[in-house]
Amino acid sequence: MRAFGLGLLVGLAAALVIAVAALLGVWWERKVAGRIQKRFGPQTTGPFGLLQTLADTLKLILKEDITPRAAQEGVFRMAPLLVFAPVAMSLAVVPFVAGWAPFDTAVGMLFFLAVPSVSVLGILMGSWASGNTYATIGGIRGAAQMVSYEVPRSLSVLSVVLLAGSIRPTAVLAAWRPWWLLLTAVGFVVYFVASIAEVNRGPFDLPEAESELVAGYFADYSGIRWSVFMMAEYGGMLAASLFGAAVFLGAARWLPGVLGLVSLAVVACALVTVMIWVKWTLPRMRPDQLMSLAWKVLTPMALVQLLLVGAVIPWLR
Amino acid sequence: MKIEELREHLCERHPDLCPLFSLEFGDGILVVDAEKLHDAASDLCDLGFDLLGWCTAVDRGTFFEMVYRLRSRTMQVGMFLKCQVPRESPSIASLTDLWPAANWHEREVYDLFGITFEGHPDLRRMFLPDDWPGHPLRKDYADDRMIRRPDYF
Amino acid sequence: MLEIENRETITCEDGRQAEELVLNVGPSHPSTHGVCRVIAHLDGEVVTKAEPVIGYLHRGIEKMAENRTYLQVIPLTDRLDYVGSMYANWAYCRALERLAGMLVPERGEYLRVITCELQRIASHMMSLGSTGADTGAFTLFVYAFDVRERVVELFERLCGSRLTYNFVRPGGVSRDMPDDGWTDDVRAFVKGLPKQLAEMDSLFFANVIAKGRLKGVGVLDPEKAVALGATGPVARGSGVDWDLRRDDAYSLYPRFEFDVPLGSNGDAYDRARVRLFECYESARILEQALDQIPDGAVVDETLPRLITPRVGEAYDHIESARGSLGVFLVSDGGPKPYRMKVRSPAFCNLSLLSELAPGHTLSDLIVILGSLDPVFGEVDR
Repeated sequence: MRAFGLGLLVGLAAALVIAVAALLGVWWERKVAGRIQKRFGPQTTGPFGLLQTLADTLKLILKEDITPRAAQEGVFRMAPLLVFAPVAMSLAVVPFVAGWAPFDTAVGMLFFLAVPSVSVLGILMGSWASGNTYATIGGIRGAAQMVSYEVPRSLSVLSVVLLAGSIRPTAVLAAWRPWWLLLTAVGFVVYFVASIAEVNRGPFDLPEAESELVAGYFADYSGIRWSVFMMAEYGGMLAASLFGAAVFLGAARWLPGVLGLVSLAVVACALVTVMIWVKWTLPRMRPDQLMSLAWKVLTPMALVQLLLVGAVIPWLR
Repeated sequence: MKIEELREHLCERHPDLCPLFSLEFGDGILVVDAEKLHDAASDLCDLGFDLLGWCTAVDRGTFFEMVYRLRSRTMQVGMFLKCQVPRESPSIASLTDLWPAANWHEREVYDLFGITFEGHPDLRRMFLPDDWPGHPLRKDYADDRMIRRPDYF
Repeated sequence: MLEIENRETITCEDGRQAEELVLNVGPSHPSTHGVCRVIAHLDGEVVTKAEPVIGYLHRGIEKMAENRTYLQVIPLTDRLDYVGSMYANWAYCRALERLAGMLVPERGEYLRVITCELQRIASHMMSLGSTGADTGAFTLFVYAFDVRERVVELFERLCGSRLTYNFVRPGGVSRDMPDDGWTDDVRAFVKGLPKQLAEMDSLFFANVIAKGRLKGVGVLDPEKAVALGATGPVARGSGVDWDLRRDDAYSLYPRFEFDVPLGSNGDAYDRARVRLFECYESARILEQALDQIPDGAVVDETLPRLITPRVGEAYDHIESARGSLGVFLVSDGGPKPYRMKVRSPAFCNLSLLSELAPGHTLSDLIVILGSLDPVFGEVDR
């Protein structure tokens, strides 16, 4: 009973964190994108346009709840939640402060890598249940993409696990040393690129390719359902950045004690900004180019990284 | 190349086409009969007119006048090829085998004038829906939605 | 009958029978550059057949022209290629001047050249911006529209409107340049243009992802380009060295020094590059024109308001941003044209889509459509 209550609390907290993160993330994205495009971004709603996302959320909440006639209702409605929930769950195993994570399991690293893959199911459900060819194409592309990019992501995280000698995130954070970056720099780059692809962002947003497939798998979602997809995307960006900053860069240990949360937050925001920067600068990759990047470039890089780390391990013990 | 040089060039290569060639408003015009259109066109194609700029029709009341604009890159000159198509059964040979560019232009003429082209690979209406009654660019076309503008001059 | 009901059966490698997917890239789509419907037959992600269905913007401009006086037709020509109305006006006025034997004073002709070269830059920026938007590089879109916005502002100061200008008239242009420093602003714009173009070049064309999206996509053989009637950057991207400003020089172009950029591979990358480099050349022509422009009248004042040319026909063409734009006028001696035919380059270029698309993926189909640069006002008339 106590565990259930605690779980409920953690879940609500995670959802709240993601909601706030999405709110601020959208604002920050619009500001950064504006600056890249020689313009300012939101300015008039609230100071520096901070209330813009709130205004947009209000508009989305007040929109009519449309379910297309060709859609299968139950599956259609469940899909956004199935995309959002795993992302919120994955936030629970991130070690925010040295020695503490909201859900400190012994298999935390695996949890973080495996649970967001359930979002693939949500995407497939949403695209199929929309009853719309464009959405189905987007969903199939999305599923293929997400499954492919999990391989380099997992392999790169595995190199850190080898160095730390544990799959518990708090133990990995505790064992982190600055010189690890010399060995894991390549792995971090692979992890970062693969994470961008996992959340269907930036140059890898073909499933939701706005100019080709008119928003692909969430084409038929409007109002609050669409914003749940968006929250999942921003939440995924944030979770990947937080996890990468904690595990690869050890950012939660740069400042002592609870202040580690601040340094982690700052580094994670910097990584999210890099993701935004990459999205607005680069064009979109084609599906086959995307796949060949995952399998022919990132996976070999991650394997080489793993070999490198594996070669060093005997000297560490 | 000037038009006079073109006339000489044409006359020495294809003497049968020579009398049909005239010079008007600074452009060379070859007027042929509808049956001989394809032969004349292939003669011109051999002569060096490798570009079909466009083709269209003009409703002259009792007949349609097909106008083709040809251009030669090698000789740097353009000319018109014209022929008359009777109004009652407007049908003429298609030139898509000589110049593939004619494909869409002939479809447009079919759509707007109703002239059919024999030998056209895919003769369908271009702009208007398949079930549109009539052919708008004909002079006798009338439609409920047409408005006659008053003349203010 | 449209092909949507006829689905071909495809035999897969393992011997099973599958049906191809017929996808309707509908008239209302963010990437079709207007209202164009493409019926794409897909085998998985590969397009086996793509057929454009046009006519959604058919307004019957050629029919309407028969019911208006020669001067009243000019606003109609604006709305043909609405991204480049200056040239549509110019092509019509040239045909009319040829028919009626009118002459244009030199200053008027210089103004026509200046505005058309500015319009060419604006039109190419629109096309490049759309190429960026199609491939997901929205920043290129904004950068290109930044340049276009300056041109459009200059036009607003010149003739009062931003998109459909009604500026080039038979016998000259409608009004002279404004006195408020317009010429200096054009010079400043032309001076700053190469830097902005270089920025766009390094942002998009040097990018490995953009190259991956555009190179090798929609390769057009030069012989096929000529046979199918392609003109403009679409043909020049394949290496067909044909530019009306140089090869069939009209107006004052013999007085200016400029090069004609050519591509070599005939893919979407080369076509887009040709458009980018044509902007550099237009800047050169603009500088020379602004230096050479004489004083004088901008329009032949002796022309009557109601133009009644002699009986006859005339055709004249110019090099627009999309290719060779021509107008064929037939006159019966009255105040209204008997027949006006517009040879629209976008119409001819669009017919290439069904040749270029097969063998590519769906994303490439959008890129190919963008690289042909159709403007549907002109395609459908």
